[in-house]
Order: sequence, then structure tokens, then C-alpha cells
Amino acid sequence: MLLIHCPYCQEERPETEFRHGGEAHIARPTNIADISDEEFEAYFFIRSNEKGVTFERWRHAHGCGRFFNAARHTVTDKFIKVYKAGEPKPTLAELGLESGESQ
Amino acid sequence: MSGAYRIAGKGRLTPARQARFSFDGKFYTGLEGDTVASALLAHGVHLMGRSFKYHRPRGPISAGSEEPNALINVARDATREQPNVRATVQEIFEGLKTNSQNRWPSLEYDIGAVNNLGAPFFSAGFYYKTFMWPKAAWKHVYEPFIRAAAGLGVAPKEADTDHYANRYAHCDVLIVGAGIAGLSAALAAAQTGASVIICDEQPEVGGALHYEAGTTVDGMPGFEWAQKTAQKLAAMDNVRLLTRTTAFGYYAQNFISLTERITDHQAMVEKSAPRERLWQVRAKRVILATGAIERHMVFDGNDRPGILLASAARTYLNHYGVAVGKKVGVYTAHDSAYEAAFDLKRAGVEIPAIVDTREKPGDAVMAEAAALGIKVLTGHAVIKTSGRLRVTSMTVGRSTKGTTTKYEIDALIMSAGWTPSVHLFSQSRGKLTWDADNARFVPGTHAQDCLAVGACNGTDGLANTVEEALGAGELMARAAGAAADAEKLSLNTETAFEWTGGMVGASEGAGPDTVAKAFIDFQNDVCAKDIRLAVREGMRSIEHIKRFTTNGMASDQGKLSNMHGLAIAAEALGKDIPEVGLTTFRAPYTPVTFGTIINHARGSLFDPTRKTPMHDQEAALGAVFEDVGQWKRAWFFPRAGEDMHAAVNRECKTVRETVGMFDASTLGKIEVVGPDAAKFLDLMYTNAWDSLKPGRAKYGIMLREDGFIYDDGVVGRLAEDRFHVTTTTGGAPRVLQHMEDYLQTEFPHLKVWLTSTSEQWATVAIQGPKAREVIAPIVDDQDISNEGLPFMSVVECKVLGGVPARLFRMTFAGELGYEINVPADFGPALWDALYERVEAAGGCAYGTETMHVLRAEKGYIIVGQDTDGTVTPYDAGLGWTVSKKKTDFVGIRGLKRPDLVAEGRKQLVGLKTRNPKVVLEEGAQIVADPNQAKPMTMIGHVTSSYWSEHLGSSIALAVVVDGHKRKGETLYIPMEKETIAVEVTDTVFVDKEGSRINV
Ligand SMILES: [Zn+2]
Repeated sequence: MLLIHCPYCQEERPETEFRHGGEAHIARPTNIADISDEEFEAYFFIRSNEKGVTFERWRHAHGCGRFFNAARHTVTDKFIKVYKAGEPKPTLAELGLESGESQ
Repeated sequence: MSGAYRIAGKGRLTPARQARFSFDGKFYTGLEGDTVASALLAHGVHLMGRSFKYHRPRGPISAGSEEPNALINVARDATREQPNVRATVQEIFEGLKTNSQNRWPSLEYDIGAVNNLGAPFFSAGFYYKTFMWPKAAWKHVYEPFIRAAAGLGVAPKEADTDHYANRYAHCDVLIVGAGIAGLSAALAAAQTGASVIICDEQPEVGGALHYEAGTTVDGMPGFEWAQKTAQKLAAMDNVRLLTRTTAFGYYAQNFISLTERITDHQAMVEKSAPRERLWQVRAKRVILATGAIERHMVFDGNDRPGILLASAARTYLNHYGVAVGKKVGVYTAHDSAYEAAFDLKRAGVEIPAIVDTREKPGDAVMAEAAALGIKVLTGHAVIKTSGRLRVTSMTVGRSTKGTTTKYEIDALIMSAGWTPSVHLFSQSRGKLTWDADNARFVPGTHAQDCLAVGACNGTDGLANTVEEALGAGELMARAAGAAADAEKLSLNTETAFEWTGGMVGASEGAGPDTVAKAFIDFQNDVCAKDIRLAVREGMRSIEHIKRFTTNGMASDQGKLSNMHGLAIAAEALGKDIPEVGLTTFRAPYTPVTFGTIINHARGSLFDPTRKTPMHDQEAALGAVFEDVGQWKRAWFFPRAGEDMHAAVNRECKTVRETVGMFDASTLGKIEVVGPDAAKFLDLMYTNAWDSLKPGRAKYGIMLREDGFIYDDGVVGRLAEDRFHVTTTTGGAPRVLQHMEDYLQTEFPHLKVWLTSTSEQWATVAIQGPKAREVIAPIVDDQDISNEGLPFMSVVECKVLGGVPARLFRMTFAGELGYEINVPADFGPALWDALYERVEAAGGCAYGTETMHVLRAEKGYIIVGQDTDGTVTPYDAGLGWTVSKKKTDFVGIRGLKRPDLVAEGRKQLVGLKTRNPKVVLEEGAQIVADPNQAKPMTMIGHVTSSYWSEHLGSSIALAVVVDGHKRKGETLYIPMEKETIAVEVTDTVFVDKEGSRINV
């Protein structure tokens, strides 16, 4: 069981309190009704599925209820950073990683 | 008394403390502290089991948890019985009953051993190849035969009456293994003030010191030092010492699972005592001191009872005081077997010869062998052995062929060297590196905050081990934040010999491929030739070779078989060992009982049970309940003499003719509040909410972004800024999650608050022509006439003389209907008051089954039954719920996807059977032409099907390709015994114009 730090509660809590919410930083198009099939495919179906650092959403479902984002390494399961919803996606350099190290 | 092979003055057990136990119905006397294996060996019994595939007679090869052969059934009574227990681990106690397995009629005469004669047929991959064809034979011939013959042991038939405990623990340093390395690390860590947990799978600490007779630590015999150290550690407040406790799984973030065996060794078990305790430990730092496991030699006939690992023979002698034989042969490629031979010789056991594959064993052991007068044959191999139920001879020759000599023996001990126990390190996702000089894998790059010390780290020599462990203990404690002053520890150690040598793979004596039974994996009966066969048949990956041969599978998990199998595969593939790579080490390290894993989560504690506030009232009325998710819902209310069918028919009839009441409390409810509440619901539902007036309600459909129906329910607008949203019973949590997701991450600018109120309201539905007269007297000061409270309205009012309520005029039955919500605590009072009125009006309570029939008669869908996650509102005939004016809602773009607007979609329709008495099966497949060739083209399936007492016929809903265009067509449902003709109809079977509702 993972321990996850909730950036709102400022606490490390067990994984069972959280619910995974899929890949982060995929914004819903504001003109969604008008986008092309290709744009809809890219928005709704295509995910990066990284081996390495992945940016993903979590919800502290059995805690504060808030959605937040995390950078996690999919091989080691290590959380590199958690940050609040709406904050920009950190660069690898900001995560203390060289580009290429994400693999 | 305790056995002819018990050597006076040897071992650490007390001769006066005896215990009697049985094995295969025969009674034996052992000593307290014996395992079943040591106690039987003391009586000269080596034969303890039969192998899995060939049913070969087998005895214990080891003295520990790596044992592949001596698997027995242990029973306390009928409900507390366990198969596949290692005789080398199970401690004896007075009255213990044990039995051998995998044999019939007896261990000595086993019919299944014909598998052994047919061994060529049972070669590697035999399951995959032999039973491929013909198909029918698999079902009728092969599978029944394999089912009968396969499997080790027999699962107990009765439910386990033991109970199991569970604890979570946090510590600074967790140390796995309490041999000299683990104990040293614990000493160093504990004196810094760090909180320490140290565990060991054995009944007492010591690890290798169990058999290391010539070792002293701090001037004490090693084993004695270990016990004193354990006492010292156990007395410290910051240390928890757990014996009989196996660390079996190493998970992310230093989360380690331990299983503590509490009562399995006790003759008298306290009723309150748990049998086992699962520890889930979160450690800041972990030290692995899991030691090493000795490897066997791979040669023809290396599996006969009486053939053991050298260290096991030393353990039996030095700890249990038992000699494994009177004339013991030795076959080795490593110095450690010499020490076993020396110990046995000094205890009076005859050693006919030490056969060593090496030309140059260690000088020290050679000198000692000479001093003790033991013959050493260097550069020799054991070519074969004989003896049916016990080894009786070994045949020895020069490695390079030539003359052979046969030695009469009654036991043979062996050592090919030591394999570091890297299981947990590997489970932690640490990377192993290949130590070519010593032909072993050792911990390399760490993935987690852990260190390996001692033999499991490939550290050789006692002094090196202690120094490394002391350093690691302090380092890890400091890293975890321990700050107390502590002096630098050191321990003086002395040991008789430093070992050299070791080999992996088949030795010279493995013999020719066709006949030799040179076992690598004893439990799975995998021989050297099987590995070579796997390579010949095209397996290249070690993972494929493992699965093809079953090498290292089941409980072995690479303990004994791994390195030999790998070395032989590498040789056959012409590659280096690290190039071939290791198979994955998986948890659990040793088998863990289901009881420990399931723990408290069984029976009523398996899953929470949710009951509505009116549960007791319904039970008192004789309700039969059904499980809906975690809810117990009243299914139907049978009266005397009624079966389910009769009760449901009566309930349906009563609702349509007079009135019925129904507990709808399980419906999900979400309070949506705020200035932007309507705007938010406009985005979440296909419908338009802005135009809905306060006091009115509407049926809403919620989609996912892909355009498929996600949930549905009635939403009432209580005020401009307040909505009472209902969801399906099962959908409440995910609908709230779905709403929160959009509110927090896509539409955070909207001022809306969402609150789950599912449990806050008790809800009773009153449906039927007499609904209004039933509720009238209990509603305070509220006009409930058709004009005052028209269909699809909601009002906040009082009921029962002052109880606040939300009164909906709505129906899921197609009748004049109301749903009354009151605070949950008032649910029983509301139910009682209504029931009295309903009964007086000639009505009844009805359950979920009647609710389903009534709604199906009206064509109202159940999300998840009539839809399956690929159904759009248009498919379901609910296109009218989709607002044409809105420019955005979740699913608006998905609905326009090419596949969703194309022809040929499955659409919801009604079905009427040609014979109205025939009720279709839900899930049945529908075809257009029943005479077409098989496999037929299936064009849909039945989603809901009931007997309608009101109509006197069956009714059904179904999804059918282009169903909306097929109304009036005849379709067919081929069943096992008959083909049923059906007519495609509208989905509404009762009161198409809604005249029963608007009254
Ligand atoms: Zn939180």
C-alpha cells in the first residue's frame, strides 16, 4: 500500500483513502462541442502511458475530497511530487531529474 | 525413547521433556522443540512423502522452510486441518496428528508411482503437448484424470474455526532475520534509541548458529550468544522481537508483510488466541539479514530418502541431537559439507568417503579430514545411488569416466555451495548483480531504503558479516532519525573454518539425458534433462523455461532450484548466466495461509452491510431481503403460503388496483447548492435545468464524455439555488465523484457545493390509485391535489405533525405516486404511519422485485441492466432528454461520434413472446433467422424480462440492432430446448398515454 501526501491536508495518508483519477493535465476543450473527431480522440482516448515519470490525478476521496496532481515514477511507484489542481505541470528539471532520466 | 538415532549428549533439546505425536497413524515419541522431521529422523524414518508428478518416495532434504519434499497434513481436529505443511518446520506437541500426502493406499506402496515408470511420457511440457488434441478428450478423459491425480495434499472440507489477527506497525528499522547478522544489526540499531522490529521465521533466533557448532561470539558458543542477545533485545522498550514470524512480502515504500504463527506449535490452545497474526509494517529503513540456502548436488538418483543437504544434517545433529544415518556418504563441491562430516564423525557416525568434484578443496578442511581419518576422493563424482524407500548405496567414479566403486550407506549428505536469499531484496525491486567469482546473484542497486547484510548480501566470513551488520544497524537507525548517543559496538568472533568452493548446474554424475533422474526441483519433479529439453524445444527466455518445465514454481520460488536450473539453461543456450537472467521472485516467500490474508474480513465482516432505517419494520412484515451492492433491500413480502412468484403477482396487482408502499431509501441523493447550481447541472446532465421552476422536478440523464449513459434519476428544484438530485442505488458514490471531478477540475469557476445526503433521508414511495388518500392525513398543511402538487413537482413541507419532509409527486411505477423523504431517524415512524393507512386502504408493502416489474411495464430503464455502458440516450429511446439548445454538457461531443450516429446501433425495444405464458431469460441472445447456420449472427439480447400479472402475459425489454425500425417484426431467441418467437414492440406495455399518472 502506497503512502500519499495530500497537498491540501498536508499529510501523508494511506492509499486506501485516495482514488486514482487518470492522467493529469488533460484539459477539457472549452469548445468541446465543435472539435473534430481527431481532436476528440486526442482529448478523450489517447494517454501517454509512460514508463518513467507519469503525471496523474488523485482524489483524497476519504479525506478532504480534493483532486490534486502527482508526479510518480511508474517503475518504482515513487511519488516525486504532489501539487494542487491548477498548478502548472512541473518540468523534469523542477523535479530534479535530467531529461532522459524519466525512463 | 525419543529414537535410536538420537545421540546422547548432542543437541539442545531436553531428553526428559517428551511429546507423543502420530504420523500416518503410528505413534512416535519426540522431544519438545523437535520438528516432525527431526523427531521422525530420530526414529530412523526418512520416508515422509511422495513427489508431485512421479510419486517418487521422498524424505526431507533440508531442516527449514525451503523444504520441497517432506510436506505433510497436520490436523488438530476436523475444522483445523492443513495440508502441505513442511515437516521440517512444524513443531511437535503432545497429541499432534500428522499424515503423509500424495500416496495411495500407503506411503510405502503407492499406486501413483506408475507415473514414475511412465516417466518419458511425463517429460517437461507434457501437459501442454499431450492434451492438446482431440478437444473432446480433454473434457472427458484428460482433465478428470489430471484433476484426480494432481495437487499436493487435500484441502480441508470444513470451514476453519480458527481466528486470525491483524496489526499495523511502524518502526524506524525493520530487520528481517535474526541470525548473527540480524542480531548484530539489531544491537547496533537499538542502542541509538531507534524503534526496531526484528523477526525470524524459526522458533528461536540464531539462524545458521543452529548448526554452526564451532563458532564462538564474545567468548560464548554462537547459539548461546544469540539467545542471550535476543533476551537483551526483547527487554528493551524500543525493540520488538518476533519469532516464528516470516517476512513474506516486500512492497512499495518499505511496506513489509509478516506472518506470525502463534498457536501451531501449542498442545493446548487458548480459545481467545489467534492462530496467526498478520503484521503490516511500515519501516523507515529495512535491513535484510535473510542468510543463504545451501544447494543440493545435481546427479542421478539425488532424490532418494536419506539424501540431505549437509547443513541440514548438521542442524539435525547439533540442534536436535539426531544423526541422519549410521553410515553417511558425502558428496560436495564446497567446504561446508566437510564440517558436517566432521561433526557426524565426532558423534560416532561412520563416514565412508567424502566425494568432492573439485581437485583442490580448502587446505584447512583437507587437513582436518586427514586428522579424523576420513577418506576424501577429490575430482570424483557420485554417479548413481540405489535404494527404493531409502538410499542404500552410492556409486563413485572419477569425473572422467573409468572404474567405479560402490559404497554401502544409509544416508548421503551434499553441498554445491550457498545461494544468497535475495527474495525480499528482489521483491523490493532492487536489482541483482552477478558475482561471477562465486557464481551467485547478490543485491546490487537498491530501489528502496534498505540494506542487505551477511550471507544474503554475499558477504563471506563471520567477522566480515558481524562488522557489516553492526555498521548497517547504526547507519540505518541514524538515517531514520535516531539520535541517542551510543558507543561503537564490536563483537569478537571465532570460527573453525572459512569455506571455499561451490558450483551451479548439473555435476558430472547427472548422467545421460535420456534416463538420468538428476533432480533440480524436487517438488515439481524437474530434472536436468527437462531444462535441456525445454531449450531444445525452442524456449529461450528463462521465464518460458520456468513455465514449460514448472521449475521453481509453487512454494519453491527459487529457493533450491533456481541457480541449478539457470546454469543448465545457460549452458544449453550457450550463454552466460547473467545473460539468461533470473526469473522473478514473487511473494510470498513461503506459503501463507488464506486465514492470515483474509484475516477478520470474513462472514459478516467481509463487507459492510447497509440497512435502511425501516429495515426492522420490513423484517417484521416478513420481507425477504436481497443484496444490492452493500444494501439489504426488501425483495418481496410473502404472506402465508406464498412463494416469490405469488407474492410478486399479488404486490403488482395491489399497486395497480389500490396502493402499495416501497422503501426507496437506498437511492443515492446529492444536494447541489449554490448560485451556479443550475448552470452546473446543465453541464452534468443532457437536460436543461435553467428553465426548471423551483417546486418542479425532472427526470435527468447523465452521460460520460464518450456519450454513453452513466446514470439517471429524478432531480427536484427546491429553490433557485438548491437541487435535490437522486441517483441510482449503486451509482451514488461514483456520481458524486464524477460531479466533484468536473466541479473541481473543469468548472472551478462555478459557485456550487455538493453534499452526499443518501443516508440523511429515509424515503418511502406510495404508488397506486389510492396513493393520495393514503398520504393525505399524514401531510401537514399542504395541498396535495393534482392542481396543488401536480405530477413532477416537489415541495418542502411537514408530515406526521411537524416532521420536516421533502414530498415529491413522481412515480417509477406508472401510477399516481409520491415519494416522501424525511430525516432518516423519522423513517420508522413514517413507515408505521403509512403502513397503517395503506393496509386500511387494502394496499400492501412491496419490494424491489415488484418495483422492477412495474417499471418494466412502463418501459422505465434501469441503468446497468437495460444499459451496459455502450448505450446512448438515443439508443435507449430517451433522446427527448437531450437538450438541443445547450452548447455544452458532458457527453455533447461524444454523442456526435461517427459510430454513435451510424446505422446498426443496438436500440432498446420491447418484446412480447408469441406464447404469452413464456417468460424469456434475461441475457438470452436474439437472432433474426433461427434456421441460419451456426454460429448464428446475434443481433441483440434480452435485458429485462418479467411476468406481468396486470397484463396476463410476459413482457421483456431488449437491445436489438436497429431495434427502433423493427417494431412489428418477429425475431427469435434460440434456447437449449426450444426456439422462442417474439414480436418487437414499443417499450411501454401499460398505459401508454399516462392516464393513470396524471390524476
Ligand atoms: Zn486531503
